[in-house]
Formats: sequence, C-alpha cells, structure tokens
Amino acid sequence: MIGTVSVATKMAEGVPAVVSSRFGVMDGHTMDGYTSSGSYKGYEAIRQVLEMSPAQVSSVVKDATVLGRGGAGFPAGVKWGFCPPGVWPRYIVVNGDESEPGTYKDRLLMERDPHQLIEGCLIAAYAIGAAQVFLYARGEMPHAHERLAAALNEAYAAGLIGKNILGTDFSVDIVLHWGAGAYIVGEETALIESLEGNRGMPRLKPPFFPAAKGLYMAPTIVNNVETLSNLPWLFNHGVEQYRAVGTEASPGTRLIALSGHVNNPGIFEIPQGTTTFRDLFEKEIYGNGIRTGHELKMFIPGGASAPWFFPEQVDLPLEGRLIGGQGSMLGSGAVVVMDETTDAVRAALRLVRFFARESCGKCTPCREGTTWEEKILQRILDGHGRPSDIDLLLDVADNISPGPYPVAADPNNDLEAIPFPPRQTTICPLGPSSVAPITSAIRRFRHEFEAKIVQRDLISVSSEPFTAAPEPLASIQQEADHV
Amino acid sequence: MSRFSPANQRLAQEIIRRYPVAKSATIPLCHLAQEQDGYLADDAMAQIAELVGCSSAEVLGTASFYEMFKMHSVGKFCLGVCTNISCQLLGGEELLEHAEQTLGIRPGGTTADGLFTLEDVECIAACTEAPAVQVNYRYFHRLSPADLDQLIEELRSGALDDVIPPHGTLGKVRQDLGEDRIANITAPEDQTEPVWLRRHRELAEAAAAADAATPSTAGTNS
Repeated sequence: MIGTVSVATKMAEGVPAVVSSRFGVMDGHTMDGYTSSGSYKGYEAIRQVLEMSPAQVSSVVKDATVLGRGGAGFPAGVKWGFCPPGVWPRYIVVNGDESEPGTYKDRLLMERDPHQLIEGCLIAAYAIGAAQVFLYARGEMPHAHERLAAALNEAYAAGLIGKNILGTDFSVDIVLHWGAGAYIVGEETALIESLEGNRGMPRLKPPFFPAAKGLYMAPTIVNNVETLSNLPWLFNHGVEQYRAVGTEASPGTRLIALSGHVNNPGIFEIPQGTTTFRDLFEKEIYGNGIRTGHELKMFIPGGASAPWFFPEQVDLPLEGRLIGGQGSMLGSGAVVVMDETTDAVRAALRLVRFFARESCGKCTPCREGTTWEEKILQRILDGHGRPSDIDLLLDVADNISPGPYPVAADPNNDLEAIPFPPRQTTICPLGPSSVAPITSAIRRFRHEFEAKIVQRDLISVSSEPFTAAPEPLASIQQEADHV
Repeated sequence: MSRFSPANQRLAQEIIRRYPVAKSATIPLCHLAQEQDGYLADDAMAQIAELVGCSSAEVLGTASFYEMFKMHSVGKFCLGVCTNISCQLLGGEELLEHAEQTLGIRPGGTTADGLFTLEDVECIAACTEAPAVQVNYRYFHRLSPADLDQLIEELRSGALDDVIPPHGTLGKVRQDLGEDRIANITAPEDQTEPVWLRRHRELAEAAAAADAATPSTAGTNS
C-alpha cells in the first residue's frame, strides 16, 4: 500500500529508455546506482561536456531539438539562447512544482533518478554560465525532497557540485528549494516570485520574460525536470541517436502518465509523435484497453488545462503541434481516460473547482470568473440549475478567454476543430484553462446539462429528516476563535 | 509558541546563506517553523521577518498564499484525500465521504482527540495510483474504503509512527552545503562573467583574431 507504484519499464520495441531506465532499479537513486545501472553510465556526460566549449554544448541541445516537457513544448536550446549577452549573473531554476491534474512524471524523476536530474542541471549550468541553480521541488513531495537532498549531498561530497567541479574552473551551486502548495507556482514567473519569497503570482510578460528579467531581475532560465533529465542520455548517445526516436519536429521520448478508466494505468516512456492515443490505450505494454466492459466517452490529452478529446481523436499521434492544431494540447503528458459511466457535468465541475481554488487572484476575469463557473456548475449538479445557466457559463468563459475557444472537431455535427492556444484576458493561462472543461463538455454533452436542469428525476434530494443542530466540535470552536 | 530553538536558529542561518538574497529563504524558514511547532505561529513569522529582513506582515502575506502552512494547530496527522479528476474517476469523492463518516469530521476539521485533520486536496501527482491519499504528505495508493479504515486504525495505534513523522516534519534528509564547498553564492550585483565562460570567450576571440590576421587564400580572387 505505502509507496508502491507499478512503474512500467517495458519499452516499445526499438525504443531506448532515455529517462526512465532506473525507475525499476532498487538503488537507482543513489550515486552507486546512477553510475552502475541504467541506459548510460552516470556522470560520464558531464566529463565529456567539460571538454567542450559552452557554445558547443548549447548547439548540441539545439541540434537535438530537446523540446521543453513542462507544457509549452518550447525547444530548450533556443530558450537558453535568449539570455542577453554580457548580463550577469544568470540563474537556472528547475521547475519541479508538478501539480497539473493528471500529471505524474516529475515526481518519479526526482524520487527514482535524482542524480540524472542533477547531471542535467550541471550540463545546463555549464552551457549557460549560471551562477547558481535552484531546484524548486513541490512542497507536497517530501520523499522527492529527501531523495534529492541525499543525492545532492553525495554529489557535493564527490566534487561534482560546488567549487571547481572535477578539478576544472567550472563551479556552480545547486540549491534545493521547497514549495508550499500552490499550483500557479508552476507558471515560470510565479515560480520566480515564489523563489524570491513572495506570494506566487505571475508577472506580466512583457517585460518580465525570465530569460531577460527573471530571478532578482537577472536573466533566468526555467526548465522542467523532465527536460533537464534528458540531457545526460543525449550527451552519452549523441544527437543522431536522440533524433532517431520520435519524429522530425518532436524527437526523443516523453513520459506519459495514463490514468483514469484503463486496465493498466501507469507512467510510460513513449516515442514522441509516433505513438497514437489508440496505441496508448490499447497496447498491452501501455494501457491494455479501456476498463473491461466499458467504452471510451472522452479523454484529456494533456492535463486538466487541455480541452477534451473524444473517440474520433484516438488515432492522433501524441505530438505537440498536431494536437495543438486539433484543438487541444499535449501539455505535461497527462492523459486521463473517461469511460461512458462518467458524468460530464460532474467531471467538468471538479476540474473547474480546481482552477477556482488555485486562481492566485491577481487578474479579475480569472479570480471572479472561475468562482462563478464553479458556482453555476455546482448548482446545475445539485438540481438548482436554471435554463439560462448554460449560456451564462459560456458567457463567463468568454470574459476570461474571448472569442472561439480551442475545441476538438466533431465530424458527426460537421464542426471543425479550433486550434490551440486560447486567447486570454489574464496575465497567465490559468484562467483560460478553466474554460477548457466547460466548452468541451457543453459542445459535446449539452443534453446532459439540459437534462440536469429540467428533469426532476435526476435531482438527488435528501430524504433525511431535519434534526436539531449538533453541539460544535471543540476543534471547530478553536478554529473559529483563531479567525 | 514560538521562536526558533537555538539549534533551529543555526539551521535557519545556514539556510539563509544558500540564497543570494535573504528573502528567498522565507518559505524554507516557514517550513522549519512549522516543523518545530506543528503550525506557523505568529512569533515564528515575526522572527523569520527579522532573519530575512522584511516585515512580519510580508511573511504572513507570503505564508498565507500557500496551502501547506497552517496558521493554527492541526491534528498529528493531516489526512489529505485527493478528489481531483483521476482520483474522482476511481472513487476519490466517495473515499472522502467515507473518511468523513469514519472520523466524524468534515474537510478542514480536526478530531476531538487531536489526532486527525481531514483535508480535501487537489492533485497530489499519484494519478495512476488512484484513489490516492496523503498522510502528512506520505503517499498511500489505490485505497478502498476498507483500506482507509485500516490505515486510520494503524495511524491511531501508532504502528506507522516510524514511517510518518508528526505534522510539519517534511524531508527527513536535509541538504548540507558545507561552508568550504560553496562555490559562489553572493549578491546578484556582485556577480561577474563566470570564469569558464570568459576563458572560452577569450579563446574564441583569439582564434577569430588569428583568422583575421592570416590572409585567407579562399575568396581573395573572386
């Protein structure tokens, strides 16, 4: 029960395990494990990198087209090049604040292979010329924190981090930092605010593009945990082998968390762009079929912020640009499968409630809009919906994300896809993300909303008689006193 | 309660030294205070403000943004049931309902014996292991209502005390940046171009200058 995770290390034929090769190794998280197991020998890449010039290292990452794995899918090598020349210091912040609902990969990378991430950080720090690296791990993941702290201590002791790394003039500190529970901190400017000791509220871009003005107003590169974890394998095996997997535009592999109504939920490392959702749901090494006896109703292709896909989209490959063109996003590699037993209104409410709870409150359309979306959906589900509520929901949504919202094609009704990303009246994409479940669900399952509003028998009414109010609990009293 | 104990005060100062700007240590220090007291006390926030050089209102401003910081004492075990989408699909909401029944409290409440605080939490990144529960941020996966009852029983009896520290204690391993191994943590304004970058830049410039000085044969006649 405790700590047991069934991690599939089975790879499709001919596909190398780039980042997950030590997931199933008992001591893969230790220095010994890192240097003696997995798909490459640990801390060999950094030795090679130190022989190269920083510019050469950057061009390898650029040539390989290592796409960011955090959500936006921007090439890491290009991002590194955005630091203005001659401005010092530069910082690297590793985004390990994984909180997108459905996403579960960075935690594993931090828990099962922390040295791989550390070596990735060193490579990036050498290439960019970073004064310091901050490893921002999500607060609710103390096990990842412990593993990273132990690995950092080992690496410092081995002379791999700190002053004069491996006897060269390359010196950098990696400091483990800890969040405290806020989804929005996964947004890079909010992450920087949080790292500066402030409330995690996003900054307006422009002018605050982190590569130009980030942490302490200095050039800062924010990279996802998985992105950096790809680097040691890349430098061990070379650009050609890296690009041999996946497609031209999206080479390499991706970690996908497949959850929900499948027979074998799990984290799978798949080649980018060549695996379809059908493969992912049905192949024995992956999902092994939709829950037996049930059929697919809809699925989320890339985390809670992604508009929903339906059975017509299962033959799409998991490739960022393609999915974007089809009205959703691959995002953080979180695929959530929902079968026909799923209540579309209830699922939409749960997702919207998440965004309402996590809105930082900086922009009015999001702060007020997400709250109203939740309130309206809740009353529809509770049987207090009004016939005008569906249009009201869409109207509130339109105030957060004006114009046509990204949505999948519906060939049965002759409706075309509207490509990603959505427009926004807010600083960051959190508010517009809350619209995804609403427009997806209403466009496809409007009848479910209408039925909940007008049909008497769908309303659950408590048959419990009224009773006298109980005495307040001591603990509740205590909380009231505090307030 | 309470200011930092002498040992924690030393630790706090060590944590501050890891950052080029002291205020960055605010969140780690709030965690340290919560580890000491089980919650984030007003006195602790005042002391953190002194240590990082800001007002205590700023510390409260930061701390109140983050869900993990509790401003009043909570149960020994914070039991968080995930009800977000992946867990909802596999019974997370029903599991929370069951936990409410078993413990006799609603989310946010604490049992009269001070053992349990129940929380309705957002995605905790265990989506493939739904429904998932955290006790003081330690994971329990794929729990049925009966499993949850058993877990609560074990927690109550103290059988899991070795595995699950009291609320507030998070990482049991700390990063240790020894004074002699720190490379280069100074204020941002004191930083200059890193030595290895300068060396490679000068090498490249020298090579370019040498190229320009040598008359090139290619292209001279065209």
